[in-house]
Amino acid sequence: MDAQLREALGSELPDTSILSDTAFLSDLRRQMLRFATLQLSSSHTAEDAVQEALVGALKNAKAFAGRAALKTWVFAILRNKIADVLRHKQRTGDASSLLREPQEHEDFSELFDPKGHWQADERPAHWGNPHEALHQQQFWAVFEICLERLPGNQARVFMMKEFIELDATEICTAVGISTSNLNVMLHRARLRLRECLENNWFARGEH
Amino acid sequence: MNCQHATQLMSESQERALLLPEKVGLKFHLMMCSGCKNFSVQLPFLSQVMKAYAQGQDEAPPTEPPK
Repeated sequence: MDAQLREALGSELPDTSILSDTAFLSDLRRQMLRFATLQLSSSHTAEDAVQEALVGALKNAKAFAGRAALKTWVFAILRNKIADVLRHKQRTGDASSLLREPQEHEDFSELFDPKGHWQADERPAHWGNPHEALHQQQFWAVFEICLERLPGNQARVFMMKEFIELDATEICTAVGISTSNLNVMLHRARLRLRECLENNWFARGEH
Repeated sequence: MNCQHATQLMSESQERALLLPEKVGLKFHLMMCSGCKNFSVQLPFLSQVMKAYAQGQDEAPPTEPPK
């Protein structure tokens, strides 16, 4: 465990097997930090939110049966913290800082022809029973890579919608964009994510 | 309606209720377009994957041995 976290926990660190698994904890912390930084566009605010969520959860680590339960719990705390920060930013009129990067300039021409029909090699294939993938650890590695490949702003709003579970109005006010802007960004994020999963999981070896 | 418009409406239907003319247009398009029909099944699946990920299912032990 890194020194900063150990210091924050102080003497309240209970002796459990989860907490002695330093590789798991530093990996969890890295994942949380990446997610929080993406959502908050400020490494300082993100660091604070992650630290608070981890310390809060680890103090009660004895209550968690296993890593999956602990991870779910700390991410639930982190999601709530991020939602709070976003709502606070919105109240204080600080929303515009969240989408600082220029809008991604891209069109749909890679996916659709000039008439708006699928390019022949981009037409979505049948995925069979996709739910079986959820039980395979390799699928989750592919999914994470696909999420990371999304352009920053698209990933941000997509995860606000599907991970933090803000509704569309909340996202628009939180990051200061119009509904039509949000719709375009979510549409692109979904098209890209779908394409990435199909190419790297559902249609492997079929090309 | 073309595929780009159809996928856009399907995406928006995750955020808002579609209007009747939109629903009808989409339904006709899906009857003729297998790519968009596949997309219509994959879209809610993406949302489910994200929710499963949020619930830590990616940490679950594999239910079958790796192939």
